Amino acid sequence: MSLTSSPAAPPLGGARPGAAAPRVPPPALREFGYWLHRYRRTWRGTVVVSVANPLLFLAAMGAGLGKLVNQGGSDYLHGTPYLHFFAPGLLAAAAMQNAFVDSAGPVFQSTRARGNYRAAAATPMRPSDIFAGHLLFMAMRVASGALAFLLVATVAGAVPWERSLLLLPVATLVGCAFAAPLAAWAVTVTQFTRINGVFRFVLLPLYMFSGTFYSPDQLPGWLHAVVMATPLYHGIQLCRSIALSTASAGPTTVHLLYLVAMATAGVLIGRRTYTRHLHG
Amino acid sequence: MTATTSTTTANAAVPGPEGLLAGARHMVERNLMIYRHTWYLLLAEVFEPVLYLLSVGVGIGELVGHTTRFGDAQVSYSAFVAPALLATTAMNGAMNETTFNLFAKLKLNRTYDAIQATPMSPRQIAFGEAMWAVVRGTLITVGFLIVVSVLGLAHSPAILLVIPGAALIGFAFCSVGLVVVSYLRTWQDFQFIQLAMLPMFLFATTFYPLGVYPRWLQIVVECLPLYQSIELVRGPSLGHLGADLLVPVAYLLLLGAFALRWAAARIAILLVH
Repeated sequence: MSLTSSPAAPPLGGARPGAAAPRVPPPALREFGYWLHRYRRTWRGTVVVSVANPLLFLAAMGAGLGKLVNQGGSDYLHGTPYLHFFAPGLLAAAAMQNAFVDSAGPVFQSTRARGNYRAAAATPMRPSDIFAGHLLFMAMRVASGALAFLLVATVAGAVPWERSLLLLPVATLVGCAFAAPLAAWAVTVTQFTRINGVFRFVLLPLYMFSGTFYSPDQLPGWLHAVVMATPLYHGIQLCRSIALSTASAGPTTVHLLYLVAMATAGVLIGRRTYTRHLHG
Repeated sequence: MTATTSTTTANAAVPGPEGLLAGARHMVERNLMIYRHTWYLLLAEVFEPVLYLLSVGVGIGELVGHTTRFGDAQVSYSAFVAPALLATTAMNGAMNETTFNLFAKLKLNRTYDAIQATPMSPRQIAFGEAMWAVVRGTLITVGFLIVVSVLGLAHSPAILLVIPGAALIGFAFCSVGLVVVSYLRTWQDFQFIQLAMLPMFLFATTFYPLGVYPRWLQIVVECLPLYQSIELVRGPSLGHLGADLLVPVAYLLLLGAFALRWAAARIAILLVH
């Protein structure tokens, strides 16, 4: 762990001056390597949070509140125990929240306070490489958060294990659909309070009203229509229909297309905003 | 405002011992002057419990069924959740101030280093910040109480007891927050606070009554300060006023007094070194 001249440990992906053989990974992977390198020091804390958080919510709402809800015997749950109804919704909502935690704040800090983006942009790496590499790391984080959640949910009997295998890539897609646009936006942000504002006034309402805790069918017609236009709704519906095996081809296609379109738009816009703000 | 400002500067210019409360009042005045420009941040803190109330109270309320028996009272689910959210709001309003904001003042802005150059003592600073946190938490709770009343969830005039209740809850939690913040090293440590606050929020009968737990777990939950805070507020909001309210009152008073003494000692250590 000595930081002085130790030729055995070159910086991840960094080109050594004397190295003749060009075994240098693509630029985006070098950025990814940077984030992995940082993560080696902080992963323990994030594991505690990403396992403890869903476990607590599952226990408190799924099991505790579930007792009340199951007594209520509402038609909206179609005879499913509340825990089974709630778990896939929470999976999608947690993917969105994890995506926010790993995109908005870190991107803002990388551009402003910490400056690691600016340092990387001063090398031959292009801003789009920096964006792609960081996005890869966000996807990895979202996927590992979803994996932790699904392990907990499967052991708790809230999700059948064979469906968990399908839910893992779907939840990762939900996370990426949020991470890409959030990162594309965060690189342009100049004040940290904006980041908090988006969490409080955009993500929290999405979390509360997209059907995590109850079926959006219960909402009045106009509000239901509004909710159907928002992204987390599609993520939750997709995860829930897979978990409860109520998925049908038409709605599933719509949900998937919506999320893929959102991730793609985020990537396209992000390439532009990163270039403008890092090479501007 | 100009009058208070000039008294502050006049007092600060005169070195010499001052009473604990008189000194603490300067801290409150200072914070009031800061918040004159950022008062809308308080509105933002009202926004969050309102979202919870609308989403969980109304949405889950329909799943639970409109008239469920909670204890001996037939009340709607929203009316059951609303007082718990009031208690949580009072807790968060006070505790955010003494954890997040205080940490920034301690480590980033070095506000207290500047205050140390005045006759203010560390004890006065600690008491002043606690007083301010109580004021702030109570203000936010009153804002939320107005929303609760507008939504028609205030069933008894006794709900006004929420206001002194919020002050008491704020006192207990802001003092605990002061103790906790004095041990934090980095912003990353805040996740440990989250790790304690989130389960307390979820399990302290916010969303369902104590009866769903087995007996041993009920005892654990009853020991939580948020459970006692919710008990303090839920009874009066649903129209029950009884001597059993003295239990949460005594619990919160003792907790707050104990924590505040501890915090004053800790802050003295932090500021002197």
